Amino acid sequence: MQNAANSVPLLRLTEVSRDFDVSRPWLNRVLEGTPQQWLRAVDAMSFELRRGETLALVGESGCGKSTVARLIVGLYEPTGGRIEFEGIDLASADASGLRRRMQMIFQDPYASLNPRWRVMDIVAEPIRVLRLTKSPAEIADRVGELLVQVGLSPEDREKYPHEFSGGQRQRISIARALSGSPEFLVCDEPTSALDVSVQAQILNLMSALQEKLGLTYLFISHNLAVVSHVADRVGVMYLGRLAELSDADELFARPKHPYTRMLLDAIPDLQMSGKARTPVAGEVPNPLKPPPGCAFNPRCPHANERCRSERPAVLPHGTSLVACHAVQEGRIRV
Amino acid sequence: MSEPLLEVKDLRVEFPTRRGTLTAVDGISFSLAPGEVLGVVGESGAGKSLTGMAIIGLLEPPGRIAGGEIRLEGQRIDTLPYEQMRRIRGRRIGAIFQDPLTSLNPLYTIGEQLVETILTHLDVSPAQARSRAIALLSEVGIPAAESRFDHYPHQFSGGMRQRVVIALALCAEPRLIVADEPTTALDVSIQAQIITLLKRLARDHGTAVLLITHDMGVIAETADRVAVMYAGRIAEIGPVREVIHAPRHPYSVGLMGSIPKIRERTGEGAGARRQHLVQIEGSMPRLTAIPPGCAFHPRCPKRFERCDRERPEPMATGANRTACWLYAERSE
Repeated sequence: MQNAANSVPLLRLTEVSRDFDVSRPWLNRVLEGTPQQWLRAVDAMSFELRRGETLALVGESGCGKSTVARLIVGLYEPTGGRIEFEGIDLASADASGLRRRMQMIFQDPYASLNPRWRVMDIVAEPIRVLRLTKSPAEIADRVGELLVQVGLSPEDREKYPHEFSGGQRQRISIARALSGSPEFLVCDEPTSALDVSVQAQILNLMSALQEKLGLTYLFISHNLAVVSHVADRVGVMYLGRLAELSDADELFARPKHPYTRMLLDAIPDLQMSGKARTPVAGEVPNPLKPPPGCAFNPRCPHANERCRSERPAVLPHGTSLVACHAVQEGRIRV
Repeated sequence: MSEPLLEVKDLRVEFPTRRGTLTAVDGISFSLAPGEVLGVVGESGAGKSLTGMAIIGLLEPPGRIAGGEIRLEGQRIDTLPYEQMRRIRGRRIGAIFQDPLTSLNPLYTIGEQLVETILTHLDVSPAQARSRAIALLSEVGIPAAESRFDHYPHQFSGGMRQRVVIALALCAEPRLIVADEPTTALDVSIQAQIITLLKRLARDHGTAVLLITHDMGVIAETADRVAVMYAGRIAEIGPVREVIHAPRHPYSVGLMGSIPKIRERTGEGAGARRQHLVQIEGSMPRLTAIPPGCAFHPRCPKRFERCDRERPEPMATGANRTACWLYAERSE
């Protein structure tokens, strides 16, 4: 992209796809004569992540954003395409040491911490697994330091997760993610299970840590307002594909793809300016039977014959990448 | 204003536990005029859902109403026996919950569920009930209502199911709808559709709505007045505009500040990024450890001696009522 001089991107996805088998059980298929069924959750996604930036992926449920996160950290294998970390394919043999440089923060801080483990063991697990240090005293020191870094106290090492509130638990998850000294964090809806005042604490903490430790974030969220606070660049996903990828300022100032505009319009108006909202029509189609052409065409006010038959490619438009015939043909004024 | 449709006075909800009694809702009072939409906003554990459950008489034991009274159109409903309350629920108070799947019976078609509800509460023939059900379904925006009448809940998407639940709540033309997080389980684009629908229906039918949510955006779009709850008490109550643009209670101020907003669309350049969100330090106290005096005082940036000794009651602050000692002199 533009910063080609800036050597290799930290992470590059090339035409990454992931299919899931959603067939009925084998016996049913044989008796009823139904074929196997595949759901394409992520469809030929390509994007890059630069060192030190925050890229946000937004979209409604089922758009494949969490699958992308899981593909990157290796919880799923891609069905097709390549994921490269500093130019090395993560599927190749040389990649074994690379995974430890990335960590993941999950949405639900109640489900992601083992209730039977003390905070000490939870946070120390990556240190032990990665064999960063063996001395128990050093591990305890390091855990205490990490807890202070996320706004807890070293005494919390001896407590169990149930003794903490949701926001504090998410702080523990962040401490755990940081304990292996990663450079890259994949955050899957890290604040959507939290109350707003706590969400603000966690978002502020995450930006402070990014500045201090030079972290790179992939931030998955459905909430565009949250995204506008944390992201340098934003990718909008719809039905497993990228609809638009822009610098955050550009995306919020001049959204291009009709779906991005619809998402921005759907945000409740806190200022109560009384501006009329464009009524949002329709729902996300069944991903098992995506509509032909552009997946958004049944809900799109600008759809024409071409949109209903030919799938738009992700093409540059100004500084953005947009997958929309109407934008590329100039039918929509942006 | 005429006689209030719903009047809640000094309501207390308690949970007896082995280690003593927990007070989850602690002496809250408000009223709702016919046709009005009152938002109840607060973070989890603030007692907003329990307030709603107490009003519709569905508090789960061991939770119980330990004090105060609830009046619907002048009639006291918090002391009614279960059977009588059951008849009021559905007929005069409709309810909408967060998860439409749990509000619908998976074994019956939505048509059967609607017709049953209509026949229970209204004196009509089965044929009339059926046509009323179909009319309701198309009113809440379900396309091809007639053919979807015989479908089961699992054949609908989340947004469509919530529309069915709203149709169910409207069956008997209730005077009041208690909607507990009606849009929380839905995607943003669907959420906007449901908000618009609720608002239109409340206006067209003259139904009052008690809208319980944690999402200030939903309140801003829908409600006429809003009550901000904290630790089982009302911190501030007043017209939506006032609470959003000029919050009085330090908790409401913090809450409004901590909501991420889409940054200024004209703000160019990287400087616009990473503005720190206002944050309230700490978190809401647990029910076992509600501080004396004002429950918010340990987190309050403006606290003074009086706050940890005496509990403030809501007092008039302009068009609002605010439970905060900062405003004591002005009203005294």
